[in-house]
Amino acid sequence: MNNWLSRRTLGAALGVIALFGAAPVSQAAQVRLLNVSYDPTRELYTHYNELFAAKYKAETGDIVTIEQSHAGSGKQARSVIDGLNADVVTLALGWDITAIERAGLIAPGWQKKLPNGAAPYTSTIAFLVRKGNPKGIKDWKDLFKPGVQVITANPKTSGGARWVYLALWGALAKANTHDFSTAKGQAEAVAAGAAAKDFPAFRNAEVQAQVADLFNNHVPVLDAGARGSTVSFAQKQLGDVLLNWENELWLAQEEFGADKFDIVYPPVSILTEPPVAVVDKVVDQRGTRAVAEAYLKGLYTPEAQNLAGELHYRPRSLEALKKYSAQLPNIPFFTIDETFGGWEKAQTTFFADGGTFDQIYKPAK
Amino acid sequence: MAGSPSRVIPGFSLTLGYTLFYLSALVLIPLGALVLKTTEMSFAQFWAVTTDPIVLASYRLTFTASFLAALINGIFGLIVAWALVRYEFPGRRVFDALIDFPFALPTAVAGLTYASLYLKDGWIGGLGPRIVGGVNGLAGLAGLSAPLAPEALDWLTFPYTGGTAGIVLVLVFVGLPFVVRTVQPVLIEWDPEFETAARSLGAGSFMIFRRVIFPELFPAWVSGFALAFARGIGEYGSVIFIAANIPGKSQIAPLQIVTKLDDFQYAAAAAIGVVLLFISLLILLAINAVEHYARRHERAAA
Repeated sequence: MNNWLSRRTLGAALGVIALFGAAPVSQAAQVRLLNVSYDPTRELYTHYNELFAAKYKAETGDIVTIEQSHAGSGKQARSVIDGLNADVVTLALGWDITAIERAGLIAPGWQKKLPNGAAPYTSTIAFLVRKGNPKGIKDWKDLFKPGVQVITANPKTSGGARWVYLALWGALAKANTHDFSTAKGQAEAVAAGAAAKDFPAFRNAEVQAQVADLFNNHVPVLDAGARGSTVSFAQKQLGDVLLNWENELWLAQEEFGADKFDIVYPPVSILTEPPVAVVDKVVDQRGTRAVAEAYLKGLYTPEAQNLAGELHYRPRSLEALKKYSAQLPNIPFFTIDETFGGWEKAQTTFFADGGTFDQIYKPAK
Repeated sequence: MAGSPSRVIPGFSLTLGYTLFYLSALVLIPLGALVLKTTEMSFAQFWAVTTDPIVLASYRLTFTASFLAALINGIFGLIVAWALVRYEFPGRRVFDALIDFPFALPTAVAGLTYASLYLKDGWIGGLGPRIVGGVNGLAGLAGLSAPLAPEALDWLTFPYTGGTAGIVLVLVFVGLPFVVRTVQPVLIEWDPEFETAARSLGAGSFMIFRRVIFPELFPAWVSGFALAFARGIGEYGSVIFIAANIPGKSQIAPLQIVTKLDDFQYAAAAAIGVVLLFISLLILLAINAVEHYARRHERAAA
């Protein structure tokens, strides 16, 4: 709030200077950008916006003010499709950006316009347990222990919960993993993702039964969003383990106190890749393409990568990743591309109407 | 124009035109657009979406919970209105003002508050373990083995057990003002002389209530009930905080609509909305018919 206020005040002050100031300032152009993002990235973009604005001013002399909007990823995509003038979108999953692309606002091929499939930082899905881990939850199979209650959000409404579902499914199906702490491992993962043609994980009936069992017998409440599930676990004291974004778990520790919870990393998990894109139609209309592209490219600079690491996102840059390796421990990751063939397939098989998630809750007739 | 005494506010055509425009712009056009949106689907698709077992379960939950909540408000709202009108007691005005509170409070806040009150470590939900602990502790001092099982009072923490109790509770909260506020004016106008007269003719208390007071209140009471019921059907904010939101078990119909929207299925969301609207309309028509019948009956009796 303070940050927002001060940026607003600063913006207003600069505006006054621009209006009444002398010639030197009047050269500088004023640009506004709107970044429409998902729920947990508030802190990341609040800091990054300051970083970028300062850098942009130093390089071009132009003053850029970035406004942020945060809510569930699907809802944000819907707002953009319905006419919210976002210059850039930074969402939880590729499917939501694909939806904007299909509405004709983003040109196809946006994943190729930036490095790493247009996902400048990654994260993963891990566990948050009560202090001392009283139920001994260390691995995905421990979630099935009798009496263990699992807190997660509804994959139909939450992007984070979709990643949770994929992580659970992939881990149970023993998906092929890679070492993302080395350049070699990363290259192998990308090559394997591009080469993958067959996705046996989808056909694993045993895993499907296990996932159904988990949701039917171990999940007492399904919040609409990832942040809501954190509140259910941390504040309302529901359940024994929370499955959520790694950065969200760190945030819960910082908000509610490290003496209350432990973060537990399972032996394997999914590499979650939240992508970013310029909304072509909006930037062309508003004439903000250059600054919007610079804004997203800037996410790959060493400063931004360090910032991501500091705020518990996993930087793509190996140096930054190494720097924060104490709090972002290296575990083997599988990818959505190699295990599930990308978002489109995962979405239609798992989360679309009549998909495996709906079948879990189909009332018996 | 000059000859008509009933036209205090000028311009019949102006006010009627304004009324029609107002209602069209605010109600009819959006509803029409909602129905139009569903025409993007074929009838088979519409049928598949609206008769999906999970969606059907959500209608059932929405209408059952709203009906129960309206019924509870119908009974206790009547008592509250009676007490506020007929008795003088300290703080009456404060209580009277409190009735409107649910109108002003964002319902999401109400849902959150209720949810935290009835949780395991909330004020009310936390009472169970504390009472059990206290009783067992005292029994222990007296040399007895614990008389209460640890989970004996766990029913105090009901919202997350997946049942409808928590949902009904918040719907009672949001619907509270309606019955009170519709019945209150009738009671204020009501002359207690009628009761005295009935008593002098030998009627007992129950008879007086059933034959003299209630028929007078009935039309207003039915409108209050209908309003509370309709309010419950549309309620979203408070319920999603207190319900477990498990598909097919504790998801209300408005949540189904939001779920479809988040999946970019606009037409499917509209279809569920249209069905919800249609059922509500039928129910409101039925309630109106009852009210109409009661009013005519009342006039005939007078």
